[in-house]
Amino acid sequence: MYDIIIIGAGVIGSFIARELAKYEANILILEKENDVGNVTSMANSAIVHSGYDPVPGTLKAKFNVLGNKQYKKVCEELDVKFLQTGSLTVAISEDQLTVLKDLEKRAHENGVEVKLLNEKEAKQMVPNLNNAVRGALYCPTAGVVDPFNLVVHAMENAIDNGVNLALNEEVINIKQIKDGYRIFTKNHQFDGNIIINATGINGETISDFVTAHHFDIKARKGEYYVLDHFDNNFLSMPIFPLPSEKGKGILMTPTSSLNYLVGPSSEFVDEKDDLSTDALTLKQIREQALLIMKDIPFNMTIRTFAGNRPTPSTHDFIIEKVNNHFINAVGIESPGLASAPAIGKYIADELVQEIIHLTIKQKYNPCVKKYPHPNMLSSQERKELIKTNPKYGHIICKCEGVSEQEILDVLERSCPPHSIKAIKKRVRAGFGRCQGGMCQPLVAKLLANYLKVDLSEINYDELGTQVAKFKTKAGDTDE
Amino acid sequence: MAQNLICIVCPRGCHLTIDENKNVSGNSCPRGVNYAINEITCPKRILTSTVKLVSKSLARLPVITSEEIDKNIIFDVMKELNKVEVKAPIKMHEIIIKNVLNTGVNIISTREIIE
Amino acid sequence: MNKYNVVIIGGGSAGLSAAVKCYDLGVKNILVIEKEDFLGGILNQCIHNGFGLHEFKEQLSGPEYAYRFIEMIKKTDVEVKLNTMVTNVTKDKHVFYTNESEGFQEIEAQTIIFAMGCYEKNAGAIQLAGDRPVGIYTAGTAQKYLNAEGYLVGKKVFILGSGDIGLIMARRMTLEGAKVLGVAEIMPYSNGLNRNIVQCLNDFDIPLYLSHTVTNVIGKEKLEKIELSQVDDNLLPIKGTEKYFDVDVLLLSVGLIPITDLLKNLDIKINARTKGPVVNEHNETSIPGIFVAGNGLHVHDLVDYVSNEARLSAQGVYKFLNGNLHYNNALIVTKNENGIGYIVPQVVNYLNLDDKFVLKFRVTKPFKNVDIVVKADNQIIKKIFKLNLIPSEMENIEITKDLININTKEISVEVKER
Repeated sequence: MYDIIIIGAGVIGSFIARELAKYEANILILEKENDVGNVTSMANSAIVHSGYDPVPGTLKAKFNVLGNKQYKKVCEELDVKFLQTGSLTVAISEDQLTVLKDLEKRAHENGVEVKLLNEKEAKQMVPNLNNAVRGALYCPTAGVVDPFNLVVHAMENAIDNGVNLALNEEVINIKQIKDGYRIFTKNHQFDGNIIINATGINGETISDFVTAHHFDIKARKGEYYVLDHFDNNFLSMPIFPLPSEKGKGILMTPTSSLNYLVGPSSEFVDEKDDLSTDALTLKQIREQALLIMKDIPFNMTIRTFAGNRPTPSTHDFIIEKVNNHFINAVGIESPGLASAPAIGKYIADELVQEIIHLTIKQKYNPCVKKYPHPNMLSSQERKELIKTNPKYGHIICKCEGVSEQEILDVLERSCPPHSIKAIKKRVRAGFGRCQGGMCQPLVAKLLANYLKVDLSEINYDELGTQVAKFKTKAGDTDE
Repeated sequence: MAQNLICIVCPRGCHLTIDENKNVSGNSCPRGVNYAINEITCPKRILTSTVKLVSKSLARLPVITSEEIDKNIIFDVMKELNKVEVKAPIKMHEIIIKNVLNTGVNIISTREIIE
Repeated sequence: MNKYNVVIIGGGSAGLSAAVKCYDLGVKNILVIEKEDFLGGILNQCIHNGFGLHEFKEQLSGPEYAYRFIEMIKKTDVEVKLNTMVTNVTKDKHVFYTNESEGFQEIEAQTIIFAMGCYEKNAGAIQLAGDRPVGIYTAGTAQKYLNAEGYLVGKKVFILGSGDIGLIMARRMTLEGAKVLGVAEIMPYSNGLNRNIVQCLNDFDIPLYLSHTVTNVIGKEKLEKIELSQVDDNLLPIKGTEKYFDVDVLLLSVGLIPITDLLKNLDIKINARTKGPVVNEHNETSIPGIFVAGNGLHVHDLVDYVSNEARLSAQGVYKFLNGNLHYNNALIVTKNENGIGYIVPQVVNYLNLDDKFVLKFRVTKPFKNVDIVVKADNQIIKKIFKLNLIPSEMENIEITKDLININTKEISVEVKER
C-alpha cells in the first residue's frame, strides 16, 4: 500500500512528485509512456509565461504568477536551462493598441510587471518585428526553458529523494478499496491511500473511474515549425500576437537551445493522440507568423511537429480534492509549464496536508547531481574534463556536438532514458539539422551496449518501436 | 524485333538498340555490345553484398563477385553469403567463398579489416 | 600550439584526394582530421560498385575506391587524426578539435580545406505531412544499419525520391529479404542514373511512380501506411489519385545538402542554390586560404568528380602558400541563365588561371537536342551540342584561357533550344 500514487509523469506529475518527496511518505508515480514528459510536456512552446493575460482570480492567473517567480531557483536546483528573456505581445494596428492597454491593466491586477512600448521602442528591442507593429506590451519576467530536462530532472530529483517511478503502466481501471483505491494497469495493480490524477489530456478518463463525470477535456492540436540555429540575434524573446479565445496565437520564440519555434496552430481533434501535421495548417502558420515578424527564414526548418494540449470545459485548470483519497490536477493547458512548480507545491504542501499530515524528511535534497556539459566549458576546462574521462572527447552527434560520455552520463542517472528519443530529449543527440540521420545508429548501438541487449531490441520511443528490427545473415531473414 | 535497352556497364547509361541479328547500336564503347548481347541471351550481374564479420567495430564485411554471375542465381548466391562468418583481420580482395555454387566465380572482400 | 601548412577537415573522398595532391605538390605539414575511426568516409557504406571509371578506369565498389586513396596516403607523411571532431574554426584559421587521446586542442593552420561532405534531407526538411511514427529513415541511415551493422530497418518498404542512394537501397533491401513496394519521384523524370533504374528497380520488378509523392504517413507509433498521390504540373497533389501502401518503412532519398556548420562563424557566403559556399576558380571561399572540396561545396553525382575537383582545392592551397593567389583585380563573375540551376565556381580570377578552368553546373530540368552556350560579356565563346541533359547529372565545360581576357567581367551559361 502506497501512501500516495501519482498517475502521470508529465511536468505536473513530476513536480508534484518532487514536492511530495520532501515528506516521509511511500510514493509511487505511474506513467503510461516509455519515458517521463512524453506527451504534452514535450510538445509545446517551452515558454515560461509571465502571467499577464490569464483572467484575474483564476487558478491559471494564480499559479502562473507564482510559478514564474519560482522558476529561476527551481531551474538552478534542477540544473535546467532557463533564460529569462522577457516577452513582447505586439499590436499590429491602431485598434489593437487599445487592447494592449486593457492587457496592461490585467497584468497589474495579476501583479505582473509589464511595460507598454511604443512602435519605436518595440522595434529597438526586437529589430525583426514586422513593420506593421504599432506598439507592444513588454513582460520582463517571461522566459524560455528546456522543457525536456525540466521534467526529467524534476522526476530524477523526486527519485533521488525516494519516489518510485513505474513506466509503461497505463491505468485501465481504478476501484475503491478500504483506505484508498486499487489501480489496475495492463499487467499490475497498485494500492494507494491518496491518488493524484495528473494525466493532463486524459484527465477525465481517470477521474471518471473514481467519481461522477463533471468536466470534459478536449485535445487541441498545435502544429509548429522548428528552425535550425541560424543567427542567435535574430530574435531574443518570445513574440506574441494579441491573445484570443483560441489561445495565445501564432508566436515565434527562441528556445533554450537557441533554435526557433514558430506556431502553434489551434484546432480541436477527436483523437487525443493525433499528432499529425498537414501542409495547409503549416502554410497558415507561416502566413500568420509573418504578420508579427519579418523575414522568418522558413528554409531553415529542420522539423515540424504537433503537440496536443488539454482544453478543459471549465476554462481553468482543474485542481481539486474530489474526496480524501483522490485529487485531480488535470486539464493544465497553457500556462501549465510556467505554473507547474507552483501547482506541485500547492498540492504537496496544502491539498495533501489537509488529508494527511506528513513530516519533512531529514535527508531531503532539492538539487539534482550536476553533470558536465563540455560545450559550455572553457577550452582549458574542457581539456581537463576529457583528461579525466576521454569519452567526453568523442563526439557522437555532430550537429549538436554531443559526446559519447554525455550519453553515458544520462544512462547512469536515476531517471534514465530507455529509448533513442529519450536520449535525444536529454542530451539533444539527433535534434540538429540531420535529425539523427548520422548519429541515430551510433546512439542505438551505445544504448544496446549499455543495456546489454541486441541492437534489434532498441526502441525509438514506445515499447515495440524498434529502429533496426531485423538482423540479417543469421539464417533468420524470414523473421 | 529490335529491343531497346539501357546499358548498365557504366554510369553513362547509354540507350542501346539490339536487333534480331544481334546488331547493337547506341553504344559509346565496345562494352555496350557485349552487354546488349548478354542481356537478351543470358543476363549477368555483378553482385555486391556483405557477410557476417567478427571484429571490433564492424559487424559486416562488404564483398563482391569476382566476375558477373547469371542474374537468375543472385538470390541463391545471397543464401550462400548468409551462411558465412569471417573474422578480422581481413585483407583486401581476400577470397571469402571460392567457386560459389560451382559458377567458377569467387566471392571476395572489398574492404580491409585490420585489428 | 601546433602549426600546419594545411588542415584538411574530413577524410572522405574529397579530403583524401586533396591530401594526396597537396603532398604531390610538395606541401609540407599536412593534417587530415577525420571523425570516424577509419578513412574513406561514406564510401565505406556504399558497398555497391560503379565507382572509379574516370579516376581508375575500372569499376570499383565504394570501399575499394576509398582503399586506393588510403593506400596512397599511407605512402606519404600526411598526418591523420582519426576519431577526431573539429568543433570550431576561426577567421584567423585556428582549428579547434576534440578527441579521446588529446582532449580539446587548438591548432594553427596556414590554409584549411573543408571536406566535410553532405547530409541527407530528412522528413523535417521536406515537411513530410502526417503522423510521426518510427519507420521513416533517410536512405543513407538505413544503408548504415544494413551494411555496417547488419540490420534491416523494415521488411515492407516504400521509397520517396529517386536519388541514387534510394535506388541502390531498393536493391540492397530486396536482396536481404525485404519487399520494396515502389519508388516515388515528384518530378516527371528520375533523379537517379539510368543504370540504377535498370539494375536496382527493373531487375526486381519494383515500380517507379514518376510525378508522384507521399502526401500522408499514417501510424501513431509505428509506420503502418503511406498515402501516395499523383502531382500536377505545379507539383501539387491531385485529389482523387490517392493510393495506399501498407509499409513498415518509408525511405527518403530526396536530396543532399553540403555540411557547412563550421563555416557559419566565419561569415562565409553560402550560395542559395548549391547550399555550399561561394568559391573562386580554386574552390577558395570568400576568406583567403580557406578552401572547400567535394560534396561540402556542391553535391556531385560521381565520386570520381569529387576526387578530381578536390585536387583543384589542393592546387589552390599550394598557390596560396607560395603567395600566388590574387584577389582584387581581374574578377570574373559566372552567371547561370536559362536552364542552368547553378555554376561552380561563382567567381574566377583571371590572374589565377593557368591555361584553363572548368565550369561545373546542373540544368534545371531535362533537355533534349540543345546547345549549351557559354558567353563572355555577351559574346559567345563556346557552344556545345547535347543530345540529353538531366538535372541529376553534373555537367562540365572546360574554358581555355584564350577564350577570355583580363578585362572579362562576366561568363554566362545557358541552354538554347535548337
